Amino acid sequence: MELYLLAVVVGVGFGCLARFRLLRTDFRQYPTYPQGRFIHLSLGFIAAFIGAVAVPSVLDSNWTAVTFLGLAATQFREVRKMERDTLEKIDEDELVKRGSPFIEGMAQAFESRNYLVMFTSLVTTLLTVFSIWLGIVGGFIMLFIVKRNMSGMILSSIADVKEGEIRFEGPNLYVSDIHIKNVGLEETRQLIQDRAVGVIVIPKGEDSIVTLSHLGQRQAMLHQVATVLGSYLDSGEPSLLPLSKRNMNDGRIGLFMMPQERDFKQIKTVLEHVPVLDSAIRLPSEADKGKGKR
Amino acid sequence: MATIVAVVTSNEERAKGGGAPVFIVKDHDALQKVGGSLEKILDCTAHEITDDTLIIVER
Repeated sequence: MELYLLAVVVGVGFGCLARFRLLRTDFRQYPTYPQGRFIHLSLGFIAAFIGAVAVPSVLDSNWTAVTFLGLAATQFREVRKMERDTLEKIDEDELVKRGSPFIEGMAQAFESRNYLVMFTSLVTTLLTVFSIWLGIVGGFIMLFIVKRNMSGMILSSIADVKEGEIRFEGPNLYVSDIHIKNVGLEETRQLIQDRAVGVIVIPKGEDSIVTLSHLGQRQAMLHQVATVLGSYLDSGEPSLLPLSKRNMNDGRIGLFMMPQERDFKQIKTVLEHVPVLDSAIRLPSEADKGKGKR
Repeated sequence: MATIVAVVTSNEERAKGGGAPVFIVKDHDALQKVGGSLEKILDCTAHEITDDTLIIVER
């Protein structure tokens, strides 16, 4: 009895630690306000508890108790749906929107983190039943694995970021050679010439070309820069909204944005750290499309 | 899909019927001024179609 109590406590402890670590490491995590963090940590605690408690049940051959793991799955799905709905609602009022694919990715990450916490505490509890030191070592190994798994790809691994020249040909705004949009008012053109920054994102390979063409990925890039570096923007100024356009010949993306500070080095750093959305990743190079075969 | 919510032109010939209100102005400066006001009021974007015509588009 006491052994189980110790195992469960150690398991729950490591589960909560795992959740706390996950909360900090990925900068895409949004709960910076107290309530959000608290909700995430509490749900993490519940997930850890469920995972930990499953072990004594199984060891006592109380198989039916394991069905509550299925209940946990339903609960996490519900919570993910709630997160997604909240984020979508908040996104409506953002100056530069996140976009649905980004939000979907965040909600999915939220759900998967709860599962990771559950498995961490389950494994740790199981190991602690045999030996507390084994449990503690196993717990740290799980923390390491969990942290490694949660860091997805960032943009610098699939693309190069270069500065593009903002120029006008009459009313047409170009970033280098990529046409962005038609700007009707001369006042706005002057404003753009003074304050806008153009970026060209060059994909590194066949896979990156398709991944970068994803609208959600492009919107995520614009949102990230606007959030981190501020935006010279307001509601009622749709002509200043950041925009991305694709060069259809070679897959390069031209970004037009108006950050608060016109400093390309900062923009480049932020863009290089933009996460590659799970829903945007495509691997055409691995598809069997008969390319090159006779 | 985008909709043209207004047309501003300094050339009367440009304006034919179509559903969007047409604002006829005297010259280029007035064109810019009226276009600018409409852009702010309607929360839409002004685009230049020809030298003497702007359209205000809602997306």
